[in-house]
Amino acid sequence: MTAGPATRGQGRAALAYLAPALLVLVALLGYPVYQLVVISLYDYGQEQVSGGAPLTFLGLANYGTLLGSAKFWSVLGQTVGFAAVCVVGSLALGTALAVLATRVRPWARGALFLAALGAWATPAVAGSTIWLFLFDANFGLVNSLLGLDGFSWTYGKWTAFGLVAAEVVWCSFPFVMITLFAGIRAIPPEVLEAAALDGASAWRTARSVVLPLLRPLLVVVTIQSIIWDFKVFTQVYVMTGGGGIAGRNLVLNVYAYQEAFAASEYGLGSAIGVVMTLILLAVTGFYLRALRRSGEVL
Amino acid sequence: MSGARRGLAEVVTVVVAGVVAFPLFWMVLTAVKPQDEVISADPVPWTLRPSLDSFVRALTVQNLGRYFLNSVIVALAVVALSMLVAFLAAAALTRLRFRGRTTMLVMLLVVQMVPVEALTVPLFFLMRSVGESVPAFGLNHLGSLVLVHLAFSLPFAIWMLRGFVAAVPVELEEAATVDGASRSVFLWRILFPLVAPGLVATSVLSFIHAWNDFLFAKTFIISAEDNQTLPLALQVFVKPDQNDWGAIMAGSTLMTIPVLVFFVLVRRKLVSGLAGSVKG
Repeated sequence: MTAGPATRGQGRAALAYLAPALLVLVALLGYPVYQLVVISLYDYGQEQVSGGAPLTFLGLANYGTLLGSAKFWSVLGQTVGFAAVCVVGSLALGTALAVLATRVRPWARGALFLAALGAWATPAVAGSTIWLFLFDANFGLVNSLLGLDGFSWTYGKWTAFGLVAAEVVWCSFPFVMITLFAGIRAIPPEVLEAAALDGASAWRTARSVVLPLLRPLLVVVTIQSIIWDFKVFTQVYVMTGGGGIAGRNLVLNVYAYQEAFAASEYGLGSAIGVVMTLILLAVTGFYLRALRRSGEVL
Repeated sequence: MSGARRGLAEVVTVVVAGVVAFPLFWMVLTAVKPQDEVISADPVPWTLRPSLDSFVRALTVQNLGRYFLNSVIVALAVVALSMLVAFLAAAALTRLRFRGRTTMLVMLLVVQMVPVEALTVPLFFLMRSVGESVPAFGLNHLGSLVLVHLAFSLPFAIWMLRGFVAAVPVELEEAATVDGASRSVFLWRILFPLVAPGLVATSVLSFIHAWNDFLFAKTFIISAEDNQTLPLALQVFVKPDQNDWGAIMAGSTLMTIPVLVFFVLVRRKLVSGLAGSVKG
């Protein structure tokens, strides 16, 4: 099995070892991606599912409906805005705390990391319900402390989005913090000592020495966060009861789910899925370029 | 840094740690508070009358134990299968030279970015037709969840394990070959135990993936309530204006503790594994 020139024996063994993975990935990822595109081209509703009506090929009509509806554009805008707030929030918090963690003794750092691991490990549904309870109108601690008796955070569009964003930042900043902390730790101390000897201020050192060294890692965590926050489903669904009153808190993911499974518009729901996939593939393209630039060798 | 400034930084760190951990503290506290304290308009951050009533309610009235078991079955099946399949694939991708190897690696990276949530519709129809020929893996059965999470956790698991396999020196393999060990003996007797730490780190992430799933459990398990998993079962307690917050927090605690224990036990391996996968 030594890595050497390709031989027929190695090729055959590789195929045998890869067969189970390939089978699963083709059947449960590849084929569904293909099917997603196919379904999005049909008028696929409850009647078609039960076999009561024949399938009608629509071509790109579902996409036309989608792109022509004001609702789609407002949901797309909300999704981008929501993701942006979550990305900026978790990056800012994660970076600040990673820097803070390098300046304190291990006992304080240990406490911070343990708390962050706790937030990270909390399942999305559990995290969502805990935050809902903390901000509950009648029995929530936050209202009790602020003296806002009976104020519903999940009723208004912006307070609801804000509450969900806070929960998402809470559970996603630890990844940023721990990754960047490892990155800062990997910077050779001599580099920082040299900067100090040259009389550079802390701010100057951070900007001209630390930041350029961390840039590849920052790109990776930023794009990971974009991909992650763009497709939040559970938190939005659970905390706003399926997308808020009258769908005020819909994001693309929840919108696609509601169209497909609540309204039985499987074709339209799939078209939303395709649009989402295309957007994320574009982000992935940037990701791969960033990885290559940071010296990633495949 | 001067002692005073470091002291200040440490105070800030501890306060932040407290704020971050607070929701979890509040969850556990609420779970062990008696019912009347839970629905008090002026909640206090302690209780003098701890009680397990909420846990009892969650486990008996709502039969949470059953859902907990379902979640355990799904998550463990996913972990076992994905570790086996990912180990074989990672070994091939790291140790063997064959045509299309680089293409496969790039593909593995790309499929990690496919928004799995977008595939709910085609997967729903796939599971519906699978169920007609293989009952235990169709809609309303736990097998459908195992299949889906297996597929979703594999690309990442393979990618992460690759680093651990690559870290095993080639000389070891050469020595084994000289000693007459066949490829499969090397694979299972030598390589497998050596990458065990990597398998542990990777399996935690696969476990969490399956354990946390809300969307697919909601979509696939439509009418067979007994086959529902924990994230969905928790939603049963949430009713407009009459939430049983004590039971919800007890259920959330039961759901979070296993993951938390896992995380803390393997945190060093997890962090090094993550750093490795980020670096490639």
